[in-house]
Amino acid sequence: MTILESEAGPATARQIGRERIAAIVQSYGAAIVLVILLVFGSIAFPTFLSVSNFTNIATQSSFLMIIAVGMTFVILTGGIDLSVGSVYALGGVLAAYGSAWGLFGAFALPLVVCGLIGVLQGALVAYGKMAPFIVTLAGLLGVRGLVLAVTDGGSATPLIADRAVVFLGQGDVLGLRLPVFFALAAVVIGSILLSRSRGGQAVLAVGGSESAATLMGLPVARVTFTVYVISGLCAGLAGTLNAAYSSSGVPTVGVGLELSAISAVVIGGTLLSGGRGNLIGTLAGVLLLTVIQNLINQVGSLTSSVQAVVSGTFLAIVVIIQTVLSRTQRL
Amino acid sequence: MESPLTDDPPVLEARGVTKRFAGVTALDNVNFELRAGESLALMGENGAGKSTLIKVLTGVYQPDEGEIRLGGAVVTFARPLDAQKAGVSTIYQEVNLVPLMSVAQNIYIGREPRTRLGLIDFKRMYADARALLDTYGIDVDVRRPLRSLALGVQQMVALARAVSINAKVVIMDEPTSSLEAREVETLFSVIGLLRQQGIAIVYVSHRMDEIYRVCDRATVLRDGKVVHVGALDALPRMELVSLMLGRTIESSDRGGVTAFGSDNTSDAPPVLVAEDLSRRHQIDGIDITIKPGEVVGLGGLLGSGRSETLKAMAGVMQLDRGSVQIDGKTVRSGSVPAAIRAGIVMLPEDRKAEGIVPGLSVRDNIVLAALPRLSKAGFSSRRNQDAVVDVFMKRLHIKASGPDQIVSELSGGNQQKVMIARWLAMSPKVLLLDEPTRGIDVGAKAEVQALIDELAGEGLAIVLVSSEVEEVVEGSGRVIVLRDGEVETVLTGAQVDEEHLLAALAGDAGEAAEDPRTHDAQTDADAPTSVTDSRGERA
Repeated sequence: MTILESEAGPATARQIGRERIAAIVQSYGAAIVLVILLVFGSIAFPTFLSVSNFTNIATQSSFLMIIAVGMTFVILTGGIDLSVGSVYALGGVLAAYGSAWGLFGAFALPLVVCGLIGVLQGALVAYGKMAPFIVTLAGLLGVRGLVLAVTDGGSATPLIADRAVVFLGQGDVLGLRLPVFFALAAVVIGSILLSRSRGGQAVLAVGGSESAATLMGLPVARVTFTVYVISGLCAGLAGTLNAAYSSSGVPTVGVGLELSAISAVVIGGTLLSGGRGNLIGTLAGVLLLTVIQNLINQVGSLTSSVQAVVSGTFLAIVVIIQTVLSRTQRL
Repeated sequence: MESPLTDDPPVLEARGVTKRFAGVTALDNVNFELRAGESLALMGENGAGKSTLIKVLTGVYQPDEGEIRLGGAVVTFARPLDAQKAGVSTIYQEVNLVPLMSVAQNIYIGREPRTRLGLIDFKRMYADARALLDTYGIDVDVRRPLRSLALGVQQMVALARAVSINAKVVIMDEPTSSLEAREVETLFSVIGLLRQQGIAIVYVSHRMDEIYRVCDRATVLRDGKVVHVGALDALPRMELVSLMLGRTIESSDRGGVTAFGSDNTSDAPPVLVAEDLSRRHQIDGIDITIKPGEVVGLGGLLGSGRSETLKAMAGVMQLDRGSVQIDGKTVRSGSVPAAIRAGIVMLPEDRKAEGIVPGLSVRDNIVLAALPRLSKAGFSSRRNQDAVVDVFMKRLHIKASGPDQIVSELSGGNQQKVMIARWLAMSPKVLLLDEPTRGIDVGAKAEVQALIDELAGEGLAIVLVSSEVEEVVEGSGRVIVLRDGEVETVLTGAQVDEEHLLAALAGDAGEAAEDPRTHDAQTDADAPTSVTDSRGERA
C-alpha cells in the first residue's frame, strides 16, 4: 500500500526533468544574461570595464533595487503596485523638508507618510477586496498630485543642507556609495524574510493559491495588507536615499519608475501571477536593466528614441522567453 | 467496524441548525451527530444541503439558528481556521494545497518548526514531514513541489496535513473523485489507520460501493432536512437511493404525474450513434444509439456522468476516446460548431450561466445561434430574424410582451422556452436536454414536457437528463442508467418504471430480483477510475 514516486511513467519523469530545467533557467536566467552582457560589454567597449563605471552602475541600481524588493513581495502575492514611482518622488521631497530636523526628520517624515500610503492602499486591496491595479493606479495619480501640492506645483526643489543626511546619500565605503549598502541590506533582509520566515512562506502561499491559503487557515488579508505597506516603505526609503544622494528633493523624479521595477521583478523570474520568485533574481533583473542602459550609453551615438526601442525590444525578448519557460512548466 | 456506543458526548454535533440564503432555506432544523472513531456517510442529491452543512460545521458559514457542539461543548467557528484549531479538518474534492510549494511546506505552512532565531528550521521540517508521511506508507521526496506529484499523492498530503493538526474529525468531500483505483485503496487504508486513532470521519461520496465499504452509519439529507439517520447495515442500497431522491417504491405507478404522453418509436435507422465515449475520471466507454423520434432518458445520480455524456456529444467536452456519428457520418469531437453543423444541440443544465444572455432581448436570444445562417456577408436583416422569432414565439407559446422584451424579465419557464427556440431555429436532428424543467414552475414544467413529446413526435431525437425520477420514467421510451461514469444498465419497454430505475441507480442487482438485465458483474467493488493511464499526473 505504498505509493512510490517511481511509479510515475518514464514520460512523466522526462517531463518533470524538463520542467526542472525550465524552472532553473527561469530563476537564474537574468543572472546568466547579465554575465553575458558584462562580458560582451567589457570586450566591445574599453570604457565599460572600469571600477568607476561599475560603481556607477551599482549606485544607479541601488534606488530601483530597494523599490524592486517591495515590488517583489507585492507581485509574489499576485498583486501589483503602480504607485511606487510617485511614492518615490514624495519620499524624496519629504526627506528634503524633514532634513530641517536633521537625520531623524529626514528619514522619519518620508517613511511615516509613505508607510501610511502603503497602509491605505493595502487596506483597500486586502480588506476592501478591491483590484490592486486600480487602487495603486489611483495611488500613482493621487500621490503625484500630492508631490506637486507640497512643491508649489513642482516648481520648488527643496534642498538638503544637513551634512549627515547628505553623507548617507553620497558617502562612500570601500569605494561604494552608501545607498548601495542599503540596497544590499534590503536584498539580504528581504531574502531571509521570504525564504526563512513564516510570513514569507505565507506570501508565497497566498500568491500560489489564495483559496488554498484561506482554507489552510493563513491570514490572507493580513499578508496581502503587509506587502503593500512594505512596498510603500521601500519606495519611501529609496526616495529618501535618492534625495540624500542628490542633496535635494526633486519633485519630477520617478515618473514611470513603477514599470522599471515591475520589469526587473519579472525579468528576475518572479511569476507575475505570484507564488514563485526570489530577490536574487530581482537583483539580477535590476542590474540587467541598468547595464543595458549603460551599454546603450557606451555606444553614445544612439538617440534617446533609439535607446527606448532597443531596451523595449530587449524586454520583450526576455518576457517571451519567460512565458515560454512558464508554459514548459505548465504553470 | 461497529462504532463504540458509549455515553461520551458525540465528537461533533449540530443541533437544530438552520441556514438560509436570500430567502431559500438551505438547511432546515438539521440535527447531526458524529461519534469518535466512526465513519459516517453524509448522503444527498444536488441541493440537499450537504455542502452547506459541511461549511457550517467547518466555520465557512455561520448557522442562522441552532448550535454546533464539539465534545459536548457549544462552539462558534468564525473562520475555517477556528474549526481547524479545534480539531475539525476538511479534505476537499479538489486538492486545496499550494501547487508551487514543496510537500513539506504544504504540510507545515503556518506552523513551521523554527530555530532559536525564529527562522524556519527546514531540516526539521523535512524530517518531520518524512516521518509523518511514512506512518501512512507514502514514500515521496518531501522537498519536491506538490504539483509534480500524482493527484492521489497530493490528496494524501492534504490528509496528512489535516491529521497532523491534531484533528479529531476529518471531513472528506468526494475524496476519490479524481483518484486511480490503487490510490483509492491507499486512501481507505489511511482512513482505517485514522479510525484506530479515534478520529471520526465524515465521508461524502456519490459512489455507493465506497460508502458501503468505508462507512458504518449514514445521515441522509434531502431539501435541507435530515430524512434518515442509521446504520448502513440495516439500509439496503435501494432504500438509500429512494431516501435521497424522495421516491418511495410503492408510489411507482406509471403515469399521471407529468405531462408526458405516448412513446414514439420507429424502425428507422438510428440518427445518432455514440460509441465508447470516454474521458478520464468522468465517463468511461458509454454507448448511446437514438432513432429519430425517440426520447432516451439518461438516468443516474449526481456525479454519474450524465451531464458529461451530453457535453461529450455536444462537443463541449474533449474526449479521450470514442466517437459520435450522425446519420453514419462521424462528427469531429470536441468542437461545438461541428456538432451544431451536424445537427446536435444541447440545452445546458445551468440556464443562467450557460444558456441565456440575460441582457439581450427575446429576439436576440433566439436568433443568437442561427445568426450565421440568417446572415449574408455578415449582415442579418431584421425582417429575416423577425420571421424566425415570430414562428417560435407562437409555436412554443413564449409569454413575453414582444420580441424586444429583455429575456431576464421573463419567468424561468419562458426563458427555458427561449432557449429551446434558439436551438430549434437551427433545425437540429438531435436535441440534448440537461435538466430542462429544473427551477421552473409547475405549469411551465408541464408545457415544456408536452413540448418535448411534441418535438419527438415530429421526428426529433431527444436525450433527456433529469434528476426527477418520474420525469425520466414518463418522458423516455428507453432509459440508459449511468453509474460512476459507466453504463450500468439499459431499461427498455416495461422495465421503464421507477422501481427498476431506482434499483439501477443503487447499482444493487439483488434488490431488483425480477430484472433479468441487471448483471452481477457490475456490483463488485471495481472502481470506475481504473483508467489505464500510467502518467500519474494531474488531469
